[in-house]
Amino acid sequence: MVEYFVIPAVQIVVVFLAVSVMVAYMTYLERKVVAFMQARLGPMRVGYWGLLQPIADAVKLMIKEDIIPAGADKLIFTLGPVITLIPAFAVFSVIPFSGSQFSVFGYKVHLYITDVNVGILFILALSSIGVLGIILGGWSSNSKYPLLGSLRSAAQMVSYEVAMGFSVVSVLLYTHTLSMVQIVEAQKNMGWWFAVIQPIGFIIYLICGVAETNRAPFDLPEAESELVAGFHTEYSGFRFALYFLAEYANMILISSIAVTLFWGGWLAPFPNVKALAFLQVIPGLIWFLLKVYFFLYLYIWLRATLPRFRYDQLMRVGWKFLIPVAMANVILTAVLRLYLK
Amino acid sequence: MFNQYFQPNDILIIYPELLLALFAMGVMIIDLFLDRAWKVLNAFTALVGIAYAAYALYRLKSNALNLSGYNHAILNDSFAIYFQFVFLIATALVILISARYLSIEGENRGDYYALILLSLIGMNFMVMGIDLITLYIALELMAVSEYILVGYLRTNRQSNEAAMKFFLLGAFSSGILLYGISLLYGISGSTDLRVIAQRLAERPSHDPIALVAVVTLTAGLLFKIGGVPFHQWLPDAYEGAPSTITTFISVAPKAASFALILRIFIVGLKPLETSWVPVLSVVCVLTMTLGNITAISQSNIKRLLAYSSIAHAGYLLLGLIAGNEYGITGIAIYFLVYAFMNIGIWTLVVAMRRKDLIGDQIQDMAGMIYKNPGAAVLMLVFLLSLAGIPPTAGFIGKYYLFASVIQTHHYVLAVIAVLNAAISLYYYFRVVVVMFMSEKTDEEKMTLSPGVLTSLAVTLVFTLLIGIYPEPFIRFAQNSLSLFQ
Amino acid sequence: MMTFDQILFYALAVIAVLSAIMVITRRNPVHSALFLITTLFCVAGIYLQLHAEFLAAVQVIVYVGGIMVLFLFVIMLVNLETLSQERRFNRQWHIAILVSVVLLVEFGTIIWRGKAALQLPANQPLMDTLTTNNSEQLGVVLYQQYMLPFEIASFLLLVAIIGAVILAKRRLSSDGK
Repeated sequence: MVEYFVIPAVQIVVVFLAVSVMVAYMTYLERKVVAFMQARLGPMRVGYWGLLQPIADAVKLMIKEDIIPAGADKLIFTLGPVITLIPAFAVFSVIPFSGSQFSVFGYKVHLYITDVNVGILFILALSSIGVLGIILGGWSSNSKYPLLGSLRSAAQMVSYEVAMGFSVVSVLLYTHTLSMVQIVEAQKNMGWWFAVIQPIGFIIYLICGVAETNRAPFDLPEAESELVAGFHTEYSGFRFALYFLAEYANMILISSIAVTLFWGGWLAPFPNVKALAFLQVIPGLIWFLLKVYFFLYLYIWLRATLPRFRYDQLMRVGWKFLIPVAMANVILTAVLRLYLK
Repeated sequence: MFNQYFQPNDILIIYPELLLALFAMGVMIIDLFLDRAWKVLNAFTALVGIAYAAYALYRLKSNALNLSGYNHAILNDSFAIYFQFVFLIATALVILISARYLSIEGENRGDYYALILLSLIGMNFMVMGIDLITLYIALELMAVSEYILVGYLRTNRQSNEAAMKFFLLGAFSSGILLYGISLLYGISGSTDLRVIAQRLAERPSHDPIALVAVVTLTAGLLFKIGGVPFHQWLPDAYEGAPSTITTFISVAPKAASFALILRIFIVGLKPLETSWVPVLSVVCVLTMTLGNITAISQSNIKRLLAYSSIAHAGYLLLGLIAGNEYGITGIAIYFLVYAFMNIGIWTLVVAMRRKDLIGDQIQDMAGMIYKNPGAAVLMLVFLLSLAGIPPTAGFIGKYYLFASVIQTHHYVLAVIAVLNAAISLYYYFRVVVVMFMSEKTDEEKMTLSPGVLTSLAVTLVFTLLIGIYPEPFIRFAQNSLSLFQ
Repeated sequence: MMTFDQILFYALAVIAVLSAIMVITRRNPVHSALFLITTLFCVAGIYLQLHAEFLAAVQVIVYVGGIMVLFLFVIMLVNLETLSQERRFNRQWHIAILVSVVLLVEFGTIIWRGKAALQLPANQPLMDTLTTNNSEQLGVVLYQQYMLPFEIASFLLLVAIIGAVILAKRRLSSDGK
């Protein structure tokens, strides 16, 4: 009973809270980093160096007036953000934060909620649901900018999902498993992170990851200069906050997958080099978070640096460059794996 | 690379299909480099592909007979080889008549031939398959190509409508078929037809689940051959489709579906014979009668031939109901004959398509004897053959089918079938009367391209030859008896 | 007393069937699409109960993440105002329901009366479930035992692509080449 219900329940609550806090402070981090890159200070008023800013923002969003536009499909309008948010959080149930386990009251507890044998597929499946919420939200607003934004976003996400899937497959060819934990274990056994073995796959994953989360330079669905705010133009208050939460949770998720698949998850750098064994003193969870924050920093860095793609460029990059390269990479890897065994 | 599931022989067995696939893609690529005036080369490429495939098939007949491949997914027996030859002949004739027709319609592109070749691959696997999954996928490959080909004239509303009806009903019937297949798999734990037959024999007779499986399977399969009450799509699809495609789907896919039915019923469902023979008998009578009676009142030649085609499906079911050597030979020879006489008559319909004139009304044929006497006589021969009058080939086919049910003592069926053949004479001769007795209404002559002429010559020669000297063709058709092994 | 598994199964099955009915009765196509998604989810849930995790995940990826998104995409591009005004059924629906009910009752009684013969053979597990996982088993079956159908399916997809291009492409005013 305890093993099947209580422990998972506690784990879920902990992960949920942790991700929520990470999301909240991600906004803070983003504003600060971008500010520093532009030689500004960013939020400074609320709390020491503006550290309480996210909380203030959250309170503001909660107590703001909740507007449902006239002529909107009310049911779907309310469902939209929820459909996007739930999968964004649910996928964290299979992310292996660390391989170590410890015992509480005699029960063994892992640092991840569960390890299912189709882990990476489970993640891809759930994250593909998120786009439904975006389309529905954009459509139900009964307004043209959200509709255009949601159509763009659907086309973009569906297109880049393909290349992303292929880049994931190139890793799976080495692991012989879909389980997230075992993918990390495989990197431990090989002694290399897959980013070293699969550089092309890694780069494609990174590009697609940014596109999947609708972030700069692929943030066309919410391109301010063309579409006001994209699919969530008509959303306000709490519902807007849900979309916002989902977007940032997805960034953390994409970073976590990148770390698990390509950067050795909780492993220390160069796990096979004896001279660097001292790095393993630092617990796996810390390594994991460090790597995740590196990727999150990369997201912000990209946003502060790169201009936005044009829509036809975006589609061309996706279909005519990324997908063929990703496919070629998979085929090449498969052939090499077969004949160089 | 090779293991128990994949052996060097396996590639050998599917060699004709590999060639066809190669040429299907070749046609599409070559098409890109062709100017409009040279589009006829596409048809040529496709024909070369078919010739190569036929040669490969001929080699297979001596090299790899009765070899099963891909872990018993397909079996290269002489039944399969015979039907593949029929498909190749029919497809080659259709390609011959297509080039000119397509350029009149302004849709002369390479993908048309590619789709025909791809559906040919599907049909080949349908007759080779002895595994339900292979059979189903092959059937879908054939069907999906057909749906697209029927709607090939994008700017023609009728063509679009036909494709839509065909597609919706076809998808629905595939669903029913799959339900039956899944029940069979549930009962037997295998998708191999021979294992299924074994397991079915072990089960109690009048097993309810087996019965449901048979009924759903039958419903799904009858749709593909247009058996009553699953025939409604057929006249619409035949009428709306480009005439060349109607020619194609009235012969090759129908033969493929019949071969598939034979394989499933004679090999897989043999133990349940007592449950499917009565069902099929009823369907057979309904199909023959309804097809013939409805054909009487048609004024459009395409629709008339569509209903006649339904009636022919009914005659063909006789062979399956008999289920003996005579019946199977009958079905096999009938399709060979049907390929020639039906393509012959449809070629004439295609040739009536002139600029600004669709030419699919029976009235458009008025006075044909004065305008194109040769064509009128040819039409007469093909109509006689369809009606089954000696000395044309149609007689041989009907003879075998009717004799088979008499052998198995289904006298009522035989009587109804003969009566139906008499009804069919009436509406076939209505066309003849219009051609020979009416005054001509316009001066437009038929478009007789070299391809059409070749096709007409071949079909005419064989329609008469099989009727006059049938022995070698019957021996050829008896290849299909390997089904019983 | 039903086990937890049974309760879960019946819940999923009932929701799946009910939403399937809703799919065909809703006037608004977007609502229909949403109910279809619900049905597909419930089916994925039933796959999970059968320990077909791979199938469940693929069901969600392909249907919900791929096909339904494109469905919604198309629905939004066509004119919804006129679409929701149109009747969802033609005049034959009375007969259709009658036939469906008769068929259902027929199949139901046949299976019910013959349930003594409902002994399905015990399917041998294809492989040792302890040493290999579900995805691996599926891979082995798909790429070895059913390799040929799998390859034919690739032709099927090719045909579908050609078809989509043919039907969707506009006729060019001067396709000289």
